[in-house]
Amino acid sequence: MRRFTAALFLLGLGVMIAAIYQQMDFSHTTVNAGQLINAVAAQETGAANFVTSVVLAYRGIDTLLELTILFTAAMIGGMVLGRRSPDAPRDPDAGFILRTGADLLFPLLLVVGMYIILHGHLTPGGGFQGGVILAAAFFVPLLARPGSSIDQGVISIVEGLAGAAFIIIGLLAMLDGREFLTPLLDKGELGALISAGSLPLLYLAVGIKVGSELAGLLAHLADAEAVD
Amino acid sequence: MSMDIIDSNLILTIAAVGLMLIGIGGIVISNHLVRIIFGIALLEAGTNLLLLLSTYHPEASAPIIVDGNVPALMADPVPQALVLTAIVIGVGILALALSLAIRVQRAYGTLDMREVRLKLEQEISAEAGVEMPSSSHAPAGVPAAAVTAAVHRVTPS
Repeated sequence: MRRFTAALFLLGLGVMIAAIYQQMDFSHTTVNAGQLINAVAAQETGAANFVTSVVLAYRGIDTLLELTILFTAAMIGGMVLGRRSPDAPRDPDAGFILRTGADLLFPLLLVVGMYIILHGHLTPGGGFQGGVILAAAFFVPLLARPGSSIDQGVISIVEGLAGAAFIIIGLLAMLDGREFLTPLLDKGELGALISAGSLPLLYLAVGIKVGSELAGLLAHLADAEAVD
Repeated sequence: MSMDIIDSNLILTIAAVGLMLIGIGGIVISNHLVRIIFGIALLEAGTNLLLLLSTYHPEASAPIIVDGNVPALMADPVPQALVLTAIVIGVGILALALSLAIRVQRAYGTLDMREVRLKLEQEISAEAGVEMPSSSHAPAGVPAAAVTAAVHRVTPS
């Protein structure tokens, strides 16, 4: 009975979403703000990747709020899981192959993560994607050696500094008499590594913040005591 | 050519809506907490895909200028930027949900929502010092016989 009502509900929901989708003039033309941004973004922000322009320049405050959501999730995750009791049993270390692989992967993942963060204004990628790779770099060794753990104090300091850097760059624009998070500095040559003004700096802050937050959250999850 | 656009769009839209429906179905039907969390993950994937499809055009290239070449038709960067942040937040929410599930497992020793609800009711009743309610809709502390009598009074058969 429950399954039948659920199926009926899903059918209705599907029909409703399809009807709404039919009504909207989606997907025939690329509508509204997008084409306008595509036309002016290269001159206005100096970033070759327009997605980066949107994330950091046109809706930078939204990005700040999204970082806040991530921060809240990470903080509550840590609070919910709580501190591990010191005498709780731990999983044994993984085998030789996984341990060696983790050691080899760590520097590689760090370099790839930083590359993706620093080229966020030129190529697909940026702070969010690179940050997740950085988090993976710190999490893979933890999978190989469950006995070791990441220092949560260091993580929260790094995360706080990165968040503060994002806000301070935004406030510097206000010192200049412009709006919060207006892109600063010289735009430089389109497509060069050092270009697009303060956008790469903002993405660096985003990347370090996302990386440290996710690494902390994953470490908390991995540290959770196993129950029989 | 317009037929091609409609076709690829239709297939992708059906895929996106299908993912959303599978996800919601998982949330509604499953009793296991981890399956419910997987349902949330699927719902999220479908929503992101639908959001991207809102400005999808098969001919458009990525909104990136490479070596100074400006493509004739570029995809809309706004939904891409939205989905970009939504994916990362989704990972955070998923980790938070899993950590809550770990707490439930620790507290009740099970992830089956039916058992968890039963244990919750027992705990509440024991704490308040009243009898277990006869159903989840009955007010706490009212014995089953009184509920049956009240139902018979309201609906005389």
